[in-house]
Amino acid sequence: MPFDLPTVWAGIIAFAVLAYVILDGFDLGVGILFPLFPKRHDRDVMTNSIAPVWDGNETWLVLGGGGLMAVFPVVYATVLPALYMPIIVMLLGLVFRGVAFEFRWRTQRGSIWWDVGFFVGSTLAALMQGIALGALVQGIRIADRSYAGGWWDWLSPFSILTGLAVTVGYALLGATWLNLKTSGEIQARARRIAMVAGGATLVLIGVVSLWSPFINEIYFERWFRWPTAFFSAFVPTLLAACAFALWHGLTTDKHLQPFLAALGLFVLSFAGLGISFYPYMVPGALTIAESAAPESSLAFLLVGAAVLVPTILAYTGYAYWVFRGKIDPEEGYH
Amino acid sequence: MDFGQTAELLARIQFAFTVSFHFIFPAFSIGTASYLAVLNALWLWKRDPAYLKLFEYWKTIFAVTFGMGVVSGIVMSYQFGTNWAVFSDKAGAVVGPLMGYEVLTAFFLEAGFLGIALFGRKRVGDGLHMVAVAMVAIGTLISATWITSANSWMQTPAGFSINDDGIFIPEDWWAIIFNPSFPYRVTHTVLAAFLTTAFAVGAVGAWHLLKDRSNRQARIMFSMAMWMAAIVTPIQIFVGDQHGLNTLEHQPAKIAAMEGHFESHPDGAPLILFGIPNEAAERMDYALEIPKLSSLILKHDLNAPLQGLKDFPPDARPPVLIPFFAFRVMVGLGFLMLGIGLWSLWARWRKSLYTNGWLHRAALAMGPSGFVAVLAGWYTTEVGRQPYTVYGFLRTSESLSPVDAPAVGTSLVAFVVVYFLVFGAGVFYLFRLFRRPPILDEDHELDRGPHRAAGINPGPAQEDTIRAGGETDAV
Repeated sequence: MPFDLPTVWAGIIAFAVLAYVILDGFDLGVGILFPLFPKRHDRDVMTNSIAPVWDGNETWLVLGGGGLMAVFPVVYATVLPALYMPIIVMLLGLVFRGVAFEFRWRTQRGSIWWDVGFFVGSTLAALMQGIALGALVQGIRIADRSYAGGWWDWLSPFSILTGLAVTVGYALLGATWLNLKTSGEIQARARRIAMVAGGATLVLIGVVSLWSPFINEIYFERWFRWPTAFFSAFVPTLLAACAFALWHGLTTDKHLQPFLAALGLFVLSFAGLGISFYPYMVPGALTIAESAAPESSLAFLLVGAAVLVPTILAYTGYAYWVFRGKIDPEEGYH
Repeated sequence: MDFGQTAELLARIQFAFTVSFHFIFPAFSIGTASYLAVLNALWLWKRDPAYLKLFEYWKTIFAVTFGMGVVSGIVMSYQFGTNWAVFSDKAGAVVGPLMGYEVLTAFFLEAGFLGIALFGRKRVGDGLHMVAVAMVAIGTLISATWITSANSWMQTPAGFSINDDGIFIPEDWWAIIFNPSFPYRVTHTVLAAFLTTAFAVGAVGAWHLLKDRSNRQARIMFSMAMWMAAIVTPIQIFVGDQHGLNTLEHQPAKIAAMEGHFESHPDGAPLILFGIPNEAAERMDYALEIPKLSSLILKHDLNAPLQGLKDFPPDARPPVLIPFFAFRVMVGLGFLMLGIGLWSLWARWRKSLYTNGWLHRAALAMGPSGFVAVLAGWYTTEVGRQPYTVYGFLRTSESLSPVDAPAVGTSLVAFVVVYFLVFGAGVFYLFRLFRRPPILDEDHELDRGPHRAAGINPGPAQEDTIRAGGETDAV
């Protein structure tokens, strides 16, 4: 694996996307779980648990998008038109859920509608992200540096399956986050939900993993031919370890362990995707090397990223630290 | 759903629509963030509870505005790819890193410290809280700097070459960032954001003074806003004039459209105060002119020659209607703002700043003036950039994604419906928040907000006495 600028940048973009998926994943997940917590009070606690951090979490999505345009412009310019509809619906979903945080406090009568908006927006965003992922895995038709497919190419049984998998996975992240941040009845319910969502997530990961090698020859080669087949044993083993940690944490009343285990499931699945994709940015169509921006762009932005990304991680970590601990369920309501 | 229009026109309408909505919120939150930093610093310095109350009052408003700015901004960062893919492919290597730096230096900074600035005073203490508030304010200014740099490069591109595929290759980042129109545009834009906030704050203060002229908090916010109006408006008019001269140098066709000059004037151009542009016949109908004044303003010489639109090939001319009228709206509002500023100085000198009901009514009426002026100025410069996305090098018609008109039309309808619903509600809630009287020691139900995360175990308890409100509002 060469350590040239394009590869380094592919790594940074992958990191931004992963950071987005696990961070916004848990707060989208909290939104997805809203209907299972019908009491206004419970929902207040749930939104309070993510309110100080969701904005930062979502900024990773902007870095993924803006960064892609900067360092792999042709990927940005082909993938987004190909995924036109899922992307637009995702953005509209994010609009609804983003404003719901503040708006639901600004009204008595209308509050329930913003709760509905929070749930629908979160769920649509998650579903569309999963569908976009599935469509990307299936491949995108590109000719002469631009998208050459149709408007419904993204829709397939496989992309619907990945959409479902991501949605359920986010629900798992949300449930384990609530298990970490809340107490009492909310926590107990979150734990029960996490058990179900955890099982469902594992099943869906399994189905997607077994299906994808048959979608494209590249993936089959990658997973069933030596030496890369090494991963085909390695990744599932680690997945099983995370699954056990999740089950163990939930059944023995651990608060942090299930959340970390759920994060582990996402990181491993993401690593699996990375193994399948490399050295492509768009499977079968654009490699990292051929889609990279001119070296002057990569170098210019890397100078900043090298300093700024660690700084960002430091103060983001600080913000999480400031708001650590359980949410006081009584706060604001006595 | 293509409404009989081309994909290009629909995509342009969609971009104009989403960016207009987006621009309104940062225009307000840039100024409000700085205002909050000033208020919090004044509170720490003087320990006068009036400043703390004002901080809490505007904090809630800021939180709502900022949320709308964030979600409408995420849309923008993906719209370049969905609708303007060819532009992204060709100019992404230049524009993209500028936006990348905006995310890395500004967005994360704002987002990372926003939670602490809004809900963390008791958790981190006054000192670190002040740092967080300042970081949010600085973040908004850094963000404005990068995005205006990117926009300025599209207006006055510099520091690049173009390869055989038509891709813009960055050659000199210093020249790209500090392209010829950037210093003028960024100053003009940031001052515009400050004025937008000043007139919004002034209108809220004026409204509450009309209700109760003894309200001390209302007096403070009105007075601060009027100082801004009196001091910043003249500076802004000067900067705007300089920006105009810069535009004349680099984009003379845009100036011709703004001025409504179809003919060129070799010995002194008139200032057309009003008229109806007739683009088909290439003339101004019903023009009301002052001879030679345009040359005086733009060249500081009564007889200096000025080019007209007919000097440019028809396929390189911007439309006239929007730049001509939008420019007049912006300038007219600018002078009205100046009038308010001067009036407030007069009232202050006469000791009637807090009692002059007509001044308060005028300030109330001028509340939205900043928003309208910002949008009008934006339309002037962006429509004036046409028919190019990268001025002189990449045409708008050649920047479009390979999209079909029905797809763009359908998403346009979805954006229109969702934006009016969501941001319409947001503006409604903002007006509710403006209506709360800024009174000390009196909780208002609308102060109730997400009281994020006081811990049971760790950290000092987050019992923010001023924030209050929610405690009494059992649900």
